[in-house]
Amino acid sequence: MAGRTVSGGDAPAPEATGGRHRRLTIILVLVVLGFFGFGFALVPLYNTFCKLTGLNGKTGGPVGASAVAALKPNDSRTVKVGFTSTVMPGLNWTFKPLHEHMMVHPGTVTSTSYLVSNPSDHPETGQAIMSVVPGRAARYFKKLQCFCFHQETLKAGQFRNMKLVYFISSGIPKDISSIIVSYAFFPVKKHT
Amino acid sequence: MNAAHAHDAHHDEHPRGISRWLFTTNHKDIGRLYIGFSVIMFLVGGVLAMLIRTELLRPTLMIPPEIYNQIITVHGLVMVFAAVMPATTGLANYLIPMMIGAPDMALPRLNNWGFWLLPPAALLLVMPFFLMLFGIGNGAIDTGWTMYAPLSVQGGMGVDFAIFAIYLMAMSSLLSSINVIVTIFNMRAPGMSMMKMPVFVWSWLITAFLLIAVFPPLVAGVTMLFADRHFGTHFFNAAGGGDPVLWEHLFWFFGHPEVYILLLPTAGILPHILSTFSRKPIYGYKAQVYSFWAIGALSVVVWAHHMFTSGMPVGAQLYFMYSTMAISIPVAILFFCWFATIWQGSMTFETPMLFALGYIVLFGVGGLTGLVLSDAVADQQYHNSYFLVAHFHYALFGGPVMGIIAATYYYLPKITGRMFNETVGKWHFWQTMVGFNLTFIPQFFLGIAGMPRRIPDYALQFAHLNMLSSIGAYILGSAQLLLVYNLIQVMRGVGKKATAQVWEGARGLEFTVPSPPPYHTFETQPVVQ
Ligand code: HEM
Ligand SMILES: [Cu+2]
Repeated sequence: MAGRTVSGGDAPAPEATGGRHRRLTIILVLVVLGFFGFGFALVPLYNTFCKLTGLNGKTGGPVGASAVAALKPNDSRTVKVGFTSTVMPGLNWTFKPLHEHMMVHPGTVTSTSYLVSNPSDHPETGQAIMSVVPGRAARYFKKLQCFCFHQETLKAGQFRNMKLVYFISSGIPKDISSIIVSYAFFPVKKHT
Repeated sequence: MNAAHAHDAHHDEHPRGISRWLFTTNHKDIGRLYIGFSVIMFLVGGVLAMLIRTELLRPTLMIPPEIYNQIITVHGLVMVFAAVMPATTGLANYLIPMMIGAPDMALPRLNNWGFWLLPPAALLLVMPFFLMLFGIGNGAIDTGWTMYAPLSVQGGMGVDFAIFAIYLMAMSSLLSSINVIVTIFNMRAPGMSMMKMPVFVWSWLITAFLLIAVFPPLVAGVTMLFADRHFGTHFFNAAGGGDPVLWEHLFWFFGHPEVYILLLPTAGILPHILSTFSRKPIYGYKAQVYSFWAIGALSVVVWAHHMFTSGMPVGAQLYFMYSTMAISIPVAILFFCWFATIWQGSMTFETPMLFALGYIVLFGVGGLTGLVLSDAVADQQYHNSYFLVAHFHYALFGGPVMGIIAATYYYLPKITGRMFNETVGKWHFWQTMVGFNLTFIPQFFLGIAGMPRRIPDYALQFAHLNMLSSIGAYILGSAQLLLVYNLIQVMRGVGKKATAQVWEGARGLEFTVPSPPPYHTFETQPVVQ
């Protein structure tokens, strides 16, 4: 007695079965491709998420001059900004902040620089990556001019003063009284 | 239920010799190929485990550290991808058509491909070891099976071999998942409604959905990794503004569901075994099916509990902690159903039942210690310590591997037509239990005391516990040879002939056909009432 229930109930003719299999298979392959695409979509999603939340200290790119015009300095608050520097293995440079700490008022444009030199006997190319701790503060740290995220080449023995112009936007949460801005110079290997 | 009897001799004809196995599209042949392959890879992974424990036997360096890293990495990858996954896939191929009354899998030719992609994948994983012996390259992948950036971005060619192995294994798993879903949706016998399907079939349906959802993102991830390594992109490479933590997210988005992909099929087979040997029907069929769904759904939203120490806002830590803890609810329901199934049954303790009960005990410890690790605060101490190693071995060996062994003993007489040697089976069980606990209980204490994982050498105060653990590992490792002995014996045709029902309390369509089943089962579909 064939209990006719949900699909799969009766044995259909072979051709019909082949068609049903093909349809479901194609649907499933499309689902697989969709999830493959989703894997790639996670990259921009993740980066946007990090910029919005400051996760991992990502600050977002430099801001334009228009942002400066709208600034309202808040002299009643002072935030201590610390600067650190790291040279990653593979690069022979020396790399130091001009100021280890600065006391700044939110909304005030401030400039400082990093001192970089290449004491080795051959030219080297590096690229600096920056981040901010605590991560929550990252999106309030605005760069007007920065040497980070682009490649810099120093000839043997060359010295450079790399400029950083920034401000801290006045929206920075009240409980954050000090932040640390960290720069790391990575060697750039030329891919051919 | 009335099974199909219409089998004239003609239907049993099939090619012999090597071409039978190379070109087979028969679900039982493919199932057996998977299981055989898995046994071999368990031995490979096991030998690597013995090497690890030999290095850790005493606090000295015997194996060079960089080779040690390759050994633990390949051990992990082989066990997860080449031993456990093929074993559960083999069971699926062999059992699902018989359990739902279908003549074969829906896509038999893809099925053949699905299997034959695996041996080359396994070869890719271990080949760099041998290439190194001939002075080519610097050995196998050495990043740990998690392949974290930046190590995996900087690593040697072993990483590339592993990436290609993952491509092949992903292709294989995706083909078999699609096959399982199409078979289950389209080929059930008349009357076999979804909610009448055996629990094992349900568990595999969820497993297949999970595989389809999480393997492709991993493939996308290793593709980005490959691009970072060779084409100068910066997905994970901090030097170019990429983010190594992104890899962790991509990996664990796959990696956490993966542990349920390993576990679910064995959680599905367990009630069948428990019910057979307690001579009672399975308790809480619906509750178990819904729990599978709940576990499957939750497993894709908890991944970052592996990243509590990677830097995460407090809110995210809390979310991943509570969502992880929530998974223990459907899992506890499964435990409850298992207990209720054997409760007051007339139990007998044949080998499959022993391993099934062992599963409950060991996986229970794995689950409870997992609850400890899911505490975001406690995990700051336990993360990447030997406590973690002990935990996931209770979860992965105690669950999937014990389940696979139980299922192997349970279905061995069905597959081969011969009863195995019970005495050897019982020895196998007790030696496994003693060896396993002796190996991994000391590791909990080592972890709490601060011994980190993935190191070839350790401080002197850890010496005694490590010695115990290594001795346990030798007991555990050698116990598995008893299973190999039993397998060889039944394959040689030694042992009592098995009846169609095999076990006195066994139910289900697969126990209505002779043992071994004819080459083609159910050419006329059975009808389920
Ligand atoms: C004979 C039984 C086994 C023994 C003695 C054993 C032992 C070990 C040891 C000592 C480690 C290294 C831990 C470290 O230093 O980080 C390890 C890692 C690992 N094992 Fe096992 N194992 C066994 C079976 C298994 C099984 C059956 C599975 C999976 C189903 C498994 C999966 C893993 C994984 C995923 C790792 C992590 C590898 C990594 O760090 O990347 N093991 N095992
Ligand atoms: Cu997890």
